[in-house]
Amino acid sequence: MKRLDLKLLRDLWTLKSQVLAIALVMASGVAMLIMSLSMVSSLQGTQQGYYDDYRFAQVFTRLKRAPDALAARLATIPGVAQVQTRVVVDVTLDLPGMPMPAVGRLLSLDADPRAGLNRPHLRRGRFPERYARHEALVSEAFAAAHGLGPGDQVRAIINGRLQTLHLVGVAISPEYVYQLRPGEFIPDDRRFGVFWLDRLQLASAYGLQGAFNDIALTLTREAVERDVLDALDRLTAPFGGQGAHGRSEQMSHRLLTDEFSQLRAMATIPPAIFLAVTAFLLNVVISRLVRTQREQIAVLKAFGYTTADVGLHYLKLVSVLTVIGLVLGIAAGTWLGRDMAAMYARYFRFPRLEFQLDPAVVAWSALICTGAALAGAVAAVRRAMRLPPAEGMRPEEPAHYRPLLIERLGWQRFVGRILRMILRQLERKPVSAALSVLGIALAIAIVVLGSFVRDIVDFMVDLQFYGVQRYDTSVTLVEPAASGAMAEFRQLPGVLAAEPFRTVPVRIRFGHLSRRLGLLGVPADAGLLRLLDVDWRETPLSPAGLVVSRALADLLRARPGDVVSVEVMEGQRPTLELPIVRLVEDVAGTSAYLELAVLNRLLGESGVVSGAFLRVDPAAEPGLYAALKAAPRVAVVGTKTAALAAFRELMAENLLRMRLINVIFAGIIAFGVVYNAARISLAERSRELATLRVIGFGRDEISLIFLGEIAIVTLLAIPLGLLLGYAFAALAVVALATESYRFPLVVNLSTYAFAVATVVGAALLSGLVVRRRLDRLDLLAVLKAAA
Amino acid sequence: MPLPPPTQPEPRPVAANSGGRRVFTARGLTKVYRMGSFEVHALRGVDLDLYEGEFVVLLGPSGSGKSTLLNILGGLDVPTGGTVVYRDHTLTAATDAELTRYRREHVGFVFQFYNLMPSLTARENVELVTDIAVNPMPAAEALRLVGLTERVDHFPSQLSGGEQQRVAIARAIAKRPDVLLCDEPTGALDVKTGVLVLEAIDRVNRELGTTTVVITHNAVIAGMADRVIALSDGRIASEHRNARQIPAGELQW
Ligand SMILES: Nc1ncnc2c1ncn2[C@@H]1O[C@H](COP(=O)(O)OP(=O)(O)O)[C@@H](O)[C@H]1O
Ligand SMILES: [Mg+2]
Repeated sequence: MKRLDLKLLRDLWTLKSQVLAIALVMASGVAMLIMSLSMVSSLQGTQQGYYDDYRFAQVFTRLKRAPDALAARLATIPGVAQVQTRVVVDVTLDLPGMPMPAVGRLLSLDADPRAGLNRPHLRRGRFPERYARHEALVSEAFAAAHGLGPGDQVRAIINGRLQTLHLVGVAISPEYVYQLRPGEFIPDDRRFGVFWLDRLQLASAYGLQGAFNDIALTLTREAVERDVLDALDRLTAPFGGQGAHGRSEQMSHRLLTDEFSQLRAMATIPPAIFLAVTAFLLNVVISRLVRTQREQIAVLKAFGYTTADVGLHYLKLVSVLTVIGLVLGIAAGTWLGRDMAAMYARYFRFPRLEFQLDPAVVAWSALICTGAALAGAVAAVRRAMRLPPAEGMRPEEPAHYRPLLIERLGWQRFVGRILRMILRQLERKPVSAALSVLGIALAIAIVVLGSFVRDIVDFMVDLQFYGVQRYDTSVTLVEPAASGAMAEFRQLPGVLAAEPFRTVPVRIRFGHLSRRLGLLGVPADAGLLRLLDVDWRETPLSPAGLVVSRALADLLRARPGDVVSVEVMEGQRPTLELPIVRLVEDVAGTSAYLELAVLNRLLGESGVVSGAFLRVDPAAEPGLYAALKAAPRVAVVGTKTAALAAFRELMAENLLRMRLINVIFAGIIAFGVVYNAARISLAERSRELATLRVIGFGRDEISLIFLGEIAIVTLLAIPLGLLLGYAFAALAVVALATESYRFPLVVNLSTYAFAVATVVGAALLSGLVVRRRLDRLDLLAVLKAAA
Repeated sequence: MPLPPPTQPEPRPVAANSGGRRVFTARGLTKVYRMGSFEVHALRGVDLDLYEGEFVVLLGPSGSGKSTLLNILGGLDVPTGGTVVYRDHTLTAATDAELTRYRREHVGFVFQFYNLMPSLTARENVELVTDIAVNPMPAAEALRLVGLTERVDHFPSQLSGGEQQRVAIARAIAKRPDVLLCDEPTGALDVKTGVLVLEAIDRVNRELGTTTVVITHNAVIAGMADRVIALSDGRIASEHRNARQIPAGELQW
């Protein structure tokens, strides 16, 4: 087979630019596949190792106060492996240079901080000394946001008194890989920090000596989580237990899980598009090759090469291309993956996060690529194999032209001669023209897919921060208070309006499914918090029952009209049977709302509030914050501008990166498709074009005929591409939805415009490259060769 | 273009008559091409015997079925009706794989338009066939037999038509085929080059004893043959044996 392989190599060399263009499209798909899936496996591997090494708990619960003696009883629950009791409190921090109050979560450290569950991993400094007053570890994200380190001090209002924490070390913890402020869904490292303090010191500051208010535990291998949660709830109920939950409801863990699922979603749609385009391009190029090599194939067969030899010959060509695409893709994917890991390392605090190329992912990619390449080439290769040798010796029938549709319709006088030539060419090969249109359309769709997330984000920011949250600041009290508190809120500096809210920890059950959340009660005529229905229109609360987010309804598999049980985890701990009245769309995930008056009544209280939403005069904000920081009963202060800024910062970088990657890859597709179409057309028509030159057409006219074809194909591709882009966006919205995030389908006009501009630019570029070839076309050689 | 001697006619190794062993026996060959609704009868019942070492010229106007007949003899195509037996192989009963093997082991083809692989050099084009042959001669020897010793490392596009056709002949004979089938080998060549090519074919037939069939519609070439068969409209119109073979070099047209 040696000479045949030599022919293969030389053919490849002749086709090198087309082969490379196709390999690049394939490589783009592979790169995304490798990047996303290897990133997922790297993250999961890192997460698993971290969880194991630092003993991340499996079950969590908060309670009001329980004596240490309860711990021993908890350990006897069947399925419980290890119990850790803790003191956990949220406090207001006062940071110099930051008027907004920040929240500090203080966690108790046991005698040996390297034993127990949820162990902190020390990055710098040391652990606090036993019994040392106010020595604390600070979480790395917060420390980084404020430039803090060992030796620095942070002021906190601990149990109503302003105290100074002396930082002795910087740490991270498996519980806070992703740090979220309570009640928010976007990390803001400036306004939320975790601190570890000596347990005795922390307990005594809150009168919790010999007691605890937080439980973490691990399970044995055989344990049934559901049963342990139920047992834990029963045992902690008398002590104000707020309902136990597993890792699936642990904030940091859940957000990691969401991120993984989004990464996986990202690993499916775009690569599928890229590989489909690869298959299409291969089909075009190999078909063309087989067509031009008809006689060569016939000769091979005439001299006794078998059908299988011929098939293998072309398959080898395909496999060389596949290998090039794979190798480039793996290299690019690894490079992008490393970059991505560096980005993740800034959001996800792991002891060490490294991008590891997953051999299984590489193997899968190879398999998928081979499949795509074969799918693209198989028809052409079979045509080569089936070609009867005697048939191959006969010249192919001359190209069959017929009058254009417009000519048949009698419109030819509207169409110039050159345009008519172009259109005839396109109409003669409707399939390959259609496929080129499709290829370019897919490139446009990819840019839309890579850019529209920004539109969603803008839409959601508008919705969440201006449509839903009409308030500027939310204030949560340490303990629910009588409605008299509202008057005090209204007297705070700069407050223009204040509305109360009541939030109670509940577990909502429907059938065998349940979910823990904070049930939010707001006044029926609330103006500062408004709910939006599933069509993103404002919708009121109902006195008849619950209004819940669609995500929660999906999770419970409940629909409006269903009656759910609401187990209150506070006070008298009643269980309420309430109907779901309406669904609302809530970007932040699972939530449930009730009219405040109804909630108060059901809880057997009147006029009790957990906090307030405030509208604030921006000029007076610093004064308000100062007052809130000093207010001992205030636990958490949320500010919209800060949340918004954090959100924008987080999104800006991610989106830019995603968009850039997609634009590059889409450019490759557009370039590849146009370049291939143009090269094939040039090869097939070089004789015709040369003849035209000889007859006396100028270079420019020739180029016009030739590039006009590309232009028309590109123009046809635009509407289709936009349509496909919208469809892909719709798919992506479904694929990217997780329990915590749900996206509306929004694609702005500017995104469409951007996609069209990018792809038309790439098409133009490849048109110019081919034009240069055309200009250098040796007329005589072409005419002679065709003799 | 140096072509080694001799051009003197020598007696063929095997007598070109019924005394030689029969290589092909074709009976009642028909071939119908269906093109949409109408049929083309390319062969309308051809009976033919070919003998070992024979040099046969097939004459006939364009469209008379010459190529069709040659392709069927070479196992490139199958007839619609009738039988072809090559020695002890019944080609008309052979499978596709058997036909491939038959071509690989026994047949050498030469085509009007050379049909060389443009991406392989002259030598490599010959080696392409020796790679899969059972008992081939070295490529260089095949090229020498057709009078090409110099430009063997050139690509087809760098060779003249006559040179290309001689490479094609070298390619066809390198496997030491039992039959050499040439379809208008000089059709695209001028007289002088045509003669060179015919001399090469003649020499192969003479020195290797290869049964040779040459298609042409140039009656002058018929002078070289042992036997001349004329086809017309898918039938054998006439057949005659040359008393004397005119050496290719002396052909006039
Ligand atoms: N593959 C084919 N399909 C249809 N018609 C064919 C095919 N091959 C040959 N023919 C027709 O069969 C007839 C004989 O062809 P051919 O054997 O090539 O003649 P020749 O070689 O003598 O010129 C012609 O009319 C030709 O058009
Ligand atoms: Mg013919």
